[in-house]
Amino acid sequence: MARIIVVTSGKGGVGKTTTSAAIAMGLAKRGHKTAVIDFDVGLRNLDLIMGCERRVVYDFVNVINEEATLNQALIRDKNCNLLYILPASQTRDKDALSQEGVGRVLDELKKDFKYIVCDSPAGIEKGAHLAMYFADDAFVVTNPEVSSVRDSDRMLGLLASKSRRAEQNEEPINEFLLLTRYSPDRVKLGEMLSVDDVQDILSLHLLGVIPESKSVLNASNSGTPVILDEKSDAGQAYADIVARYLGEDRPHRFIEDKKGFFRKLFGG
Amino acid sequence: MSLLDYFRISKVGTASVAKERLQILVAHERSSKNQPSYLPQLQKELLAVIQKYVSVDQDAISVSFEQDDDQETLELNIVLPDHK
Repeated sequence: MARIIVVTSGKGGVGKTTTSAAIAMGLAKRGHKTAVIDFDVGLRNLDLIMGCERRVVYDFVNVINEEATLNQALIRDKNCNLLYILPASQTRDKDALSQEGVGRVLDELKKDFKYIVCDSPAGIEKGAHLAMYFADDAFVVTNPEVSSVRDSDRMLGLLASKSRRAEQNEEPINEFLLLTRYSPDRVKLGEMLSVDDVQDILSLHLLGVIPESKSVLNASNSGTPVILDEKSDAGQAYADIVARYLGEDRPHRFIEDKKGFFRKLFGG
Repeated sequence: MSLLDYFRISKVGTASVAKERLQILVAHERSSKNQPSYLPQLQKELLAVIQKYVSVDQDAISVSFEQDDDQETLELNIVLPDHK
């Protein structure tokens, strides 16, 4: 049975697209046929993070409007042949996505894919609503920062009331917390909300913590999902998250500050 | 700022302030989310009716909704103007 995952946050710039790219790649690398869809119509960027921006011919809106077939629009990833990308359209028509059209495309994808990752746009407008509407699982990406936590709480309210599962009185969406851009040393100094603080407020199941890491910018610069940088802390953190999502028990490695005294002293 | 102040400030981080502010805000926003959607309209119409008879301000009337385990309370509070 296929599962639809929405990567959402409310607030922009917290790491939704980075996370979508990383977990979609992670799931595909683990042998599951996975599609990742960019719902940010008008401001597509998933193609850039996945490094396939020059191979976009048709997009999500073309498929909804039946101007192209799904197979024409899906781009096979260059690093993993079980991963496909469905790019967003660059149209400025904000009504380009319809609930019926999105539902139809997702139903077609479900026949062929194990996981469908929906990269939500920021905000609570139509694109964000449709990205989460059909979801089975929600990855709520949050920074340890007041505005992000508040917006995540708002998003949780919408997941619980405005999704298909809520409207049809089915079992609610499984919600998971992904805390990104985390700095254990700043938490230690009392300068940043800790994992426990954020969980006290949001009471969500913690899927993983992604440390603030240079490797994230390096990955987006080169158009390769950060999870492929297996030596990096962020890459390993995403690999752990994928493993936990698939039911494995993995200890949290990036909550505590692991840097030694000298590295702290000289930076690095 | 003396050197001593510098050390004192660096000991108390801002994260605890952030947590406290968030807890209050989130609790408030969650409770207002559960309010019935007719509340603002009800408040507007009540105000219009009262203003027909008494000259009161916009903020002279407040409607609040509370929910306990087994009962819902609708509280209506009207402040009448002082007699001059």
